[in-house]
Amino acid sequence: MKFDTPAGTNPIDQGKVVGRPTPRIDGKFKTTGTAPYAYERHDVAPNQAYGYILGASIAKGTITSIDTAEAEAANGVIGIVSTLDHKPVPLGPMNTANLFGGGEVQHYHQAIAMVVAESFEQARAAAHLIRVDYARGEGSFDLKRAAPSAEPVEDSEKRQGDFEAAFGNAPVTLDATYTTPDESHAMMEPFATIAAWEGDKLTVWTSNQMIQWNKRDLAKALDMPIEKVRVDSPYIGGGFGAKLFLRADAVVAALGAKQVGRPVKLSMQRPLTFNNSTHRAATIQRIRFGAGEDGKLTAIAHESTSGNLPGGGPESAINQTELLYAGENRLTAMRLAILNLPEGNAMRAPGEASGLMALEIAMDEMAEKLGMDPVAFRKANDTQVDPMNPERPFSKRKMIECLDRGAREFGWERRNPQPGRNREGRWLVGHGMAVGFRNNLLMKSGARVRLSGDGIVTVETDMTDIGTGTYTILAQTAAEMMGLPIERIRVELGDSDYPISAGSGGQWGANNSTSGVYAACVKLREQVAQSLGFNSDEVEFADGQVRAGERSFPLGHAAAENDLTAEDSIEYGNLDKQFQQSTFAGHFVELAVDAYTGEAHLRRMLAVCEAGRILNPISARSQVIGAMTMGAGAALMEHLVVDKRFGFFVNHDLAGYEVPVHADIPHQEVIFLEETDPVSSPMKAKGVGELGLCGVSAAIANALYNATGARVRDYPITLDKYLDRLPAVA
Amino acid sequence: MTIDHRTLLASRRGVLAGSAAGVAVHSASPAFAASSSQKADADPTAKVSLKVNGTDHALDVDTRTTLLDLLREHLKLAGTKKGCDHGQCGACTVMVNGERINSCLSFAVMHEGDEVTTIEGLGTPDDLHPLQDAFIEHDGYQCGYCTPGQICSAVAMLQEIRSGIPSHVQDDITEDPSVTELEMRERMSGNICRCGAYSNIAEALAEFAGETA
Repeated sequence: MKFDTPAGTNPIDQGKVVGRPTPRIDGKFKTTGTAPYAYERHDVAPNQAYGYILGASIAKGTITSIDTAEAEAANGVIGIVSTLDHKPVPLGPMNTANLFGGGEVQHYHQAIAMVVAESFEQARAAAHLIRVDYARGEGSFDLKRAAPSAEPVEDSEKRQGDFEAAFGNAPVTLDATYTTPDESHAMMEPFATIAAWEGDKLTVWTSNQMIQWNKRDLAKALDMPIEKVRVDSPYIGGGFGAKLFLRADAVVAALGAKQVGRPVKLSMQRPLTFNNSTHRAATIQRIRFGAGEDGKLTAIAHESTSGNLPGGGPESAINQTELLYAGENRLTAMRLAILNLPEGNAMRAPGEASGLMALEIAMDEMAEKLGMDPVAFRKANDTQVDPMNPERPFSKRKMIECLDRGAREFGWERRNPQPGRNREGRWLVGHGMAVGFRNNLLMKSGARVRLSGDGIVTVETDMTDIGTGTYTILAQTAAEMMGLPIERIRVELGDSDYPISAGSGGQWGANNSTSGVYAACVKLREQVAQSLGFNSDEVEFADGQVRAGERSFPLGHAAAENDLTAEDSIEYGNLDKQFQQSTFAGHFVELAVDAYTGEAHLRRMLAVCEAGRILNPISARSQVIGAMTMGAGAALMEHLVVDKRFGFFVNHDLAGYEVPVHADIPHQEVIFLEETDPVSSPMKAKGVGELGLCGVSAAIANALYNATGARVRDYPITLDKYLDRLPAVA
Repeated sequence: MTIDHRTLLASRRGVLAGSAAGVAVHSASPAFAASSSQKADADPTAKVSLKVNGTDHALDVDTRTTLLDLLREHLKLAGTKKGCDHGQCGACTVMVNGERINSCLSFAVMHEGDEVTTIEGLGTPDDLHPLQDAFIEHDGYQCGYCTPGQICSAVAMLQEIRSGIPSHVQDDITEDPSVTELEMRERMSGNICRCGAYSNIAEALAEFAGETA
């Protein structure tokens, strides 16, 4: 189905199932521990052996020798896969760092060997017996030191008007630099794979967000035909971007399984996950604003510098600044330094998460300079068109409505605009806000739907559920389209034998994958009508019945003889070129800082979001509160600390890399504006899973400034950065 | 992972002794090498008998096997999750004789005669425990990987409060703690949920704690 004109009225608008708060259909499996994750598939292949990865202990250089003799002789060892026995595996288009093979070490904890043994304990013990000699090379590990020599990112500089002149003439200006640290996805389920060969066919039961990318890139890595690879990933214990791409676990498990002639199961040990895989790269962001006394921005510049391995991309922290606020004179640009740290790549809301951490503090600072309320300042600079391309409107843009509703619900007018003046006993109380912004991305997505004689509809697609609620919204979509209660829908996900979907990433999963199911269901409805001898234009699907005029049959009758199967994809025209499609939020935060110790405690968090039709308010809300939690981590604690001498992330486990825990997170409120966006898709939905993260860290930073009067421009905002600037206690 | 730190130390010594670039670094540690002289011997195993979810098991396991891996790999009770294997995330939380522990930090052979309750012992998809039900109702999970640990932890945590075990968020630790949101959040903080379902978990716990008060 080609979607190239805005959606009119369609069966989804009935809203009998879609849009209703619906508990997850997979909930009873997840809460009872019966949902099978990758490492737990004892049933899929007999005689599984255990793998254990050895990571490189230098950041850059070459391996001169690997002595596996002792390890091979150790009890239970079946085989050892050594990087020196393989050429570097060819990489797909999404990977930068070498995944396995060859003697070159590109980053710390690069996978260099895997022991395969009869038991996990034996594999782990034998891994410690491998002796590796390295020739260490010089590396660059310090973004701040490398930044002056960073190269401009090709085509990243965008200009409109004359920024320098406008900035020079503006009566009120801001020129400030902000930094964000390296961050890790730290999903709860480590990278894990079971690999099994049957002849020349490979199956991997793995944990991956993008099944087709994984299949394609695994075939390339192993130099085998793509049709000989099957990937299965029905349950994924979190990814946040870490599992978008093929990772070392799947590669070495497949190589190991081939080498020893047995299925190999492998879970990357937690301390390896931080340096072995990808991370959100640190940024240095310079923001300059010029505004008139009326509070209208006349000049906006946002320049960001990040680092990556050779061939890697930048953290595109300037994305939102091209679109978020009006202003005639603009400059955005990126620079990229070569760093020999692990690969920087996508982590939840890549670009915007980091960019808004800086931009929305800058907006707070500028509002204060102008003597304006931060909400009013943002509203004064709203734009309904793409500022760089004014003939191109937003399909829908409700930023002002999000802010107004949020301010009202939060009680924003009771905020004391004077920082450090709101004292409640030992607590300094502050309130902050920020805008959230993230684009809506359109991706082709396919599905197959099958109606059986018992009136059950089964949805099959290689789409994934990474905690996002995919199982449920696909079931809701099929139920709505076929006029069935949700209990009569089965959803099968994550198998590369199913039609290719959009996958899960970039908050594109829900809108595109449900649209793919919509397209398949439109075809199935036609088949049902034909099977029952109806003219398909007049048929109504409701209450498990198919009706046309006076005639009515149970849906299952259409498949009484044979199952009816329909398959289709949603494909898009250029509506995303004609219209800018984005999602918006207003984030509001109250926090309290201990006046004596400086410890910050979040007290209240509110997000008001506009993201088109909300398909399932329960799981959509969970996406947003989860993202707000991740934003709290980014604001207050998350920081991969670089050892700048040896070039690795020091705090590479879940004790050292601090993420929010129960005690850190208060009750969170989410409000969705009741909207649909017919320009987006037949579902009239947009993404929401990353919107909740975008801007929330800055809202926290701004609240902390309001509480203490200490402005911190260097994330995470830990108390050592402001303790000496707290107001006098007495 | 022990070898990292040892390797790192070895590497640093190598670097400090030589020039920063191009120095050859030998990374296996003598401590590990020494153990290789015993490689011909069989790995030590021991017998352990324990009760898991009401069922008796007698196993002969490698003494290095954790309770977590006994459950997941030997008994194929994969509901208990391995998130870090280092006692840092709480995904492996189970109850042993009614008390919650990180099963990854406990060797299987230490549990002779113990009664272990895992998520599978609390409820099943067709017969949910009330707290599993509350998690579904309040959407107290997303990816689901920390969920069994959260639920096992919470069941035992409420018992700890009711048994009068103090915490540092109590106003007065000489008084019995009460089942408040603050108490529960404090005591659940060893169970990380990276999806960030905390606010919903708190609501599920409040409902469950109220029902069982």
